[in-house]
Parts: sequence; structure tokens; C-alpha cells
Amino acid sequence: MQLIECPWCGPREEVEFHYGGQAHVAYPEDPAALDDEQWAHYVFYRDNPKGRFAERWSHAAGCRRWFNAVRDTATYRFESVYHPDQPKPVIP
Amino acid sequence: MTGDITRPRTPGADLPDHPDFLWRNPEPKKSYDVVIVGGGGHGLATAHYLAKNHGITNVAVLEKGWLAGGNMARNTTIIRSNYLWDESSAIYEHSLKLWEGLEEDLGYPILFSQRGVLNLAHTLQDVRDSIRRVEANKLNGVDAEWVEPDEVRKICPIVNTSADIRYPVMGATYQPRAGIAKHDYVAWGFARRADEAGIDLIQDCEVTGFTTDGNRVTGVQTSRGTIAAGTVALCAAGHTSVLTDMLGFRVPVQSHPLQALVSELLEPVHPTVVMSNAVHVYVSQAHKGELVMGAGVDSYNGYGQRGAFHIIERQMAAAVELFPVFARAHLLRTWGGIVDTSPDASPIVGRTPYDNVYLNCGWGTGGFKATPGIGDAMAHTIAHGEPHPYVAPFALDRFVSGALVDEHGAAAVAH
Ligand SMILES: Cc1cc2nc3c(=O)[nH]c(=O)nc-3n(C[C@H](O)[C@H](O)[C@H](O)COP(=O)(O)OP(=O)(O)OC[C@H]3O[C@@H](n4cnc5c(N)ncnc54)[C@H](O)[C@@H]3O)c2cc1C
Ligand SMILES: [Zn+2]
Repeated sequence: MQLIECPWCGPREEVEFHYGGQAHVAYPEDPAALDDEQWAHYVFYRDNPKGRFAERWSHAAGCRRWFNAVRDTATYRFESVYHPDQPKPVIP
Repeated sequence: MTGDITRPRTPGADLPDHPDFLWRNPEPKKSYDVVIVGGGGHGLATAHYLAKNHGITNVAVLEKGWLAGGNMARNTTIIRSNYLWDESSAIYEHSLKLWEGLEEDLGYPILFSQRGVLNLAHTLQDVRDSIRRVEANKLNGVDAEWVEPDEVRKICPIVNTSADIRYPVMGATYQPRAGIAKHDYVAWGFARRADEAGIDLIQDCEVTGFTTDGNRVTGVQTSRGTIAAGTVALCAAGHTSVLTDMLGFRVPVQSHPLQALVSELLEPVHPTVVMSNAVHVYVSQAHKGELVMGAGVDSYNGYGQRGAFHIIERQMAAAVELFPVFARAHLLRTWGGIVDTSPDASPIVGRTPYDNVYLNCGWGTGGFKATPGIGDAMAHTIAHGEPHPYVAPFALDRFVSGALVDEHGAAAVAH
């Protein structure tokens, strides 16, 4: 079983975590200004790269806090974990 | 006596000759009328029906690995058409009818076995949803019935229908015409027919980019050179986003690992297919004798064709609860595929922002059953430049219009 590093608790087993999908998808600043197409992208569309992906995880069976991680979706290797208020790392 | 008896023999010298190859392995030509990206079931079926129904044979199927080595080789082969909504039951029922004549059409054995499928209900809400689905199915001409626990026991005696389990079986929907087929044979059957018609099946040929001219794609760049294309059909399942990223448009799919497993070979014990949404496992017994069981997706996005072991453990717990007799069976092999899940658990098929590129993806955990149906509909779409009525409701623009075809849960386990 893969160990995932919670930035608050340290490495814990994968079963303790809940996946939250793509990170840094902000709620629209002016929702009323969005057209249908833009709403569709906000609601339904998420990136789906093969390779490094900035995504959200929650330590559901531990401290219950959310954090972000950069993980490689082809190898499943976690490259870094960081707090939700930190900016998105530059992904080459 | 000569010394022949003692002379060492070349290893393998006594083996029979390699059987005939079912298709050529041609070099890619400079140009094709139609280029299909992805040599899984959907790509191969599209090729077959392009030739058979429309006489279009200047076609290449480009496959980055080996033919049908993706999800086509990894699925649990459940075939059924008992989906809730009219749009879904139309395409899946069309597909099921094609399955019923497929062996003859392909002239190849595919071990299609209509042994029925039970979708178990474990809660009152399950029961209500299931009966609603049965009624919807009947209105759509799909064979479906509601069966009580004692009938479940008659259809599949090894299911635990006692009241004292965590999720008692409160009944099931039953589709007698549902069943399983041998996935590899299906792929080979389609491939052989397409090859006979003159279509080039090109393996070890990865699409790495596209050349475009305004709203048109003019060619595909591949690991074996650039190939000009009149029309392009994307049939890349879990890798669709990688291709649409190259083309510069987005599709609302997420790629997830999906795992399955087989037991050792056993005597026939399981006469049908059983699926359970609530405890999440689906089981049949292959012709050879293995119990074939499928899991749920791993939660994270993944392109690794493998998943986590705790998913398998959870699935085994469900299987042993429902089928106590399995407790003594040994797990032989587990594996994973990459499935392209969509927001409404329905496929995404048809037009793209490019005039001559057609999309076929989003089948997620349940596209094997659609293989002949979508091949037929994609071929029609390509030949007429117009989405086939069966796929029209599954257009990409439904995520803007809001006309979703929500098959989440409503269609029982999504396989
Ligand atoms: C474990 C598991 C169990 C399943 N169980 C069922 C079931 O019981 N019933 C059911 O109906 N469905 C089931 N499915 C789903 C079903 O397998 C898929 O929906 C279906 O196979 C997808 O269509 P395909 O056969 O064309 O996909 P694939 O076989 O995955 O074909 C896509 C092909 O595209 C190729 N490709 C990708 N990118 C490129 C590129 N850049 N260049 C060239 N080629 C490329 C891939 O190598 C691959 O061979 C299951 C799937 C899995 C993984
Ligand atoms: Zn924690």
C-alpha cells in the first residue's frame, strides 16, 4: 500500500485519504457574468493530464484536513505536498 | 542406427507451426481517407462497419501498443442493455441485437453466452429504483423483469439470500438476454474482417500530434511518421484527453484505474452474471472456469493500468458476503485498465471543434457491451458526416445545454 504524506500528520496509508480531483479551481469571481459555455467548463471540465497533476487530497481518516499534492498520474508517485493556501507549483 | 536419437534437438523444434496470422502487419501508407486512433474494440468495430456497411476501406487503425491490448483485453465482458434512460437503452439494445448476430457476421467464434444478468437490490431505495428501471426497460422493448429473492435463488443458487447478512438480497432485476463474450475473440474477429476488407491495422504506432489547417485536421503525426487523413476518429478510451490536449480542446472525462481479477479454474458453479451496486462487485464464470470479478474504480486519476490492493480486498469482502462458497477459492491474477469516466456516466460521441474529427469516449467502466453498436454508429457518423441518431444525444455540447443522460446509479453498477 502506498504511503501518502499528510503535510500535518506525516506519512500515512493510502486508505486514510480521500481524493478531491484537480486543485486550484477557484469559484468564479463574478458568477453572473459567465455564459453557459463558461459554466460548463467550471462545473464539468477538469484537466486530465498523463503525468504531473496538481490535485486535492483530504486526510479523511486522520486530521480531516485538505491539502494539495503534485502527483504523477502515470507512475502514481507523489512529488510534493503543500498547504491549500500555497500557490500552484510550476509544473514543467 | 544413426546417432540422431542422441543429437540435441533445437528447443521448440517439436512444437507445431505457428497458427496462421489473422491479419497482416502492413507498413503505414502516406495517406488514408479515414484514420482511426486506437485499436481497441471500438476502433476495430468502427473499421469493420466502415467496410461492411459503407464500402469505405482506405482506412487505417493506429494502435500505440498491440491490437486490443488496452481495456478490450482487461474488461469483465458483461453485456446488457437494461439502462434507465431512452437514449441509453436505445444504443445498448441496438448493440445487444448486433451481438446476437455477431458470430455469423464475423465468421468467428466469440463465445457469446446469453446467460442473463441479475442486478441485486439490497435496500428499499434499491428496490424502488430497480422496479422503475424494469418498467422503463419494458417500455423500450428491453427484456427485463423484477424477481423476488426466492427466484434469485432459483436463477443463481449460490447467492446468499438469507436475511441475516449485512446487506440482504431484497430482489433483483433480471435481463435474460444479457451475458458475456470472449473479449479477445471479439477483437480478433473484428480485426480479421477489417483486414480482409483491405483496412490497414497498424500496431506499435503511437499518435503523437496532429497537423491542422484551420478547422480541419490534415494529418496525424505518429511514432512511424506523418500520415495524411481525410477524416479522423478518436477511439482511444482512457487516453482520449491526451489526444484532445494535442488538438487544443477539452473533453469532460477523467481517467481512472479500474481493476478486475480471476480465481483459479473451478467446476461450473455460477450459471449467470450477478452484479451488486450496494456491496459493489460483479461476478460471472468464464467458459474455462475462472470466476471473473470486477471492482470499482480507484478514486484518483491514473494512467498506470494498475490500482491499489485495498480496492481488491474490499471487492473480495463483498464477493464472499454474497457468495459464501467463494471463501475457499484462490485469487489467481489481478490487473487494471484505464477508464474514461464522464460526469453523467454516459459516453461522449460525435462532433468536435474540428470539422473532420469525430470523438468517441467517456464509456468509462461499461463500453465493452457497446462494441458492435458504437462501431456501427461511428461508421455511419463518419460515412455521412452526421451523427447517427443513436449517438446524437451523447454529443459533447450536452454539457453546455444541460441535456445530460444521467446513468449514475440508475443503471445499477455501471459496467
Ligand atoms: C477492469 C475492467 C472491467 C470492465 N468491465 C466491463 C464490463 O463488464 N462490461 C462492459 O461493457 N465494459 C467493461 N469495461 C469497460 C470497457 O472495457 C471499455 O469501455 C471499452 O473497452 C473501451 O473501448 P475500447 O475497447 O476501444 O478501449 P481500449 O481497448 O482501451 O482501446 C483504446 C486503444 O487506444 C490506444 N491508444 C491510446 N492512445 C493512443 C495513441 N496516442 N496512439 C495510438 N493508439 C492509442 C490504446 O493503446 C488502446 O489500445 C471494463 C473495463 C475495465 C478496465
Ligand atoms: Zn493529516
